[in-house]
Amino acid sequence: MNAALESRPDRQSRLAYRASLSLRAVSVSRAGRRVLAGVTFDLSPGEAIILKGANGSGKTTLLRAIAGFLPAENGAIEVQSGESTRSSASDRRACIAYCGHADAVKAPMTVRENLSFWARLYGAPERRIAEALASFALQALADTHAGALSAGQRRRLGLARLVIAAKPIWLLDEPTSSMDAASSARLVALIENHRREGGAVLIATHDRIEIEGARNFVLEALETA
Amino acid sequence: MKTFLAIILRDVTLGFRAGGGATQAAMFFALVSLVFALAIGPEPARLSALAAPILWAGALLSALVSLDRIFQSDYEDGTLDVLVETADLLELRVLAKAAAHWLSSLLPLIVAVPLFALLLNLPVEGYWPLLASLLVGTPALSLIGALAAALTLALRRASILVSILAAPLYAPALIFGVGAAEAGAAGAPSFVPTLLLVAASSLFALVFAPLAGAAAIRFNMS
Repeated sequence: MNAALESRPDRQSRLAYRASLSLRAVSVSRAGRRVLAGVTFDLSPGEAIILKGANGSGKTTLLRAIAGFLPAENGAIEVQSGESTRSSASDRRACIAYCGHADAVKAPMTVRENLSFWARLYGAPERRIAEALASFALQALADTHAGALSAGQRRRLGLARLVIAAKPIWLLDEPTSSMDAASSARLVALIENHRREGGAVLIATHDRIEIEGARNFVLEALETA
Repeated sequence: MKTFLAIILRDVTLGFRAGGGATQAAMFFALVSLVFALAIGPEPARLSALAAPILWAGALLSALVSLDRIFQSDYEDGTLDVLVETADLLELRVLAKAAAHWLSSLLPLIVAVPLFALLLNLPVEGYWPLLASLLVGTPALSLIGALAAALTLALRRASILVSILAAPLYAPALIFGVGAAEAGAAGAPSFVPTLLLVAASSLFALVFAPLAGAAAIRFNMS
């Protein structure tokens, strides 16, 4: 059996493969200021880590560095999938879905049109659009222009990209911002399901979010000169 | 190729929806043409002589006013993250954005050019050379514009700066474009060679702008 098949979690899973993330002594600077220094942790399939830290401690910077949008000055960020190790930014992105502060939602387009565009970008089958709508209870809003959505509904639509992308590692930056309790609970259920399928989740948040068995990782703000 | 076409389709759709900017570029083109026509006066000979330069300048200015929407809204709403995340070749994303800009902002102007050429009393034999020079030369405006927009991505309210960066790079397309249109209208043998120089401007931009634009996006996102 080849490595790809070995790493396949189960036949019902949306995920085609599992992947783990490894950070070793990662340092990142922005605009000449060191934001992160010596960050080391592992994230295995089925795990969830909640990134904590004060404003300016580098949570968003860390997520963007892992997603390959920011270069790491020192250290190594690697994604292990099957037998292959992906260390370059573009290789890592194949295994990572990143949802940042901004939702990537286009207001003049309908909910379905936004999802359909993402499906084309990710090369996802059309059925994932229906899955994404159902996962975030957006069916009734499918033909509504995104500009008419509330902030929470818009956030749900932005996160629905996770279902479309079907990547094994999720990086979520303040995913529950603007969300009501029911929507947050729906997101937590989706995260739990993703972990059961062998996915891994790294969440940066100030909100209280209850994910069973999740580890906390606290980032300390670095002193600046 | 599917994603390339999906980006073009989405951007063209957005361009023609409320607040998209495509209609604004067309209105601006109409405004420039009318202002020049009023300023020059009703003398048919003067209008005829200046029609091709005015329409080329109008297309160039309309391109300038619409450049900042090539990447800015995608950068601000997070779409650019998704475009980069899903890109095998970021250069193709830049090319798709430039193509969408041309289709939504400049192609409608070219379609409307005969109407404004009539207003400016362009001789009938000058229509096809002008249209040919615009069709061949305006892709350079979108490609160079995409590069300028990518360079100023992280700057807020950079529309003036985008124009300042792009305008000097538009000079070859403008000079050769007007030259080709005028040579064609006069039936001069220099029409085809000049039109080839216009095409060379667009081809150079086709090679250079996606590479430099992708590098600028990577730099600005980090």
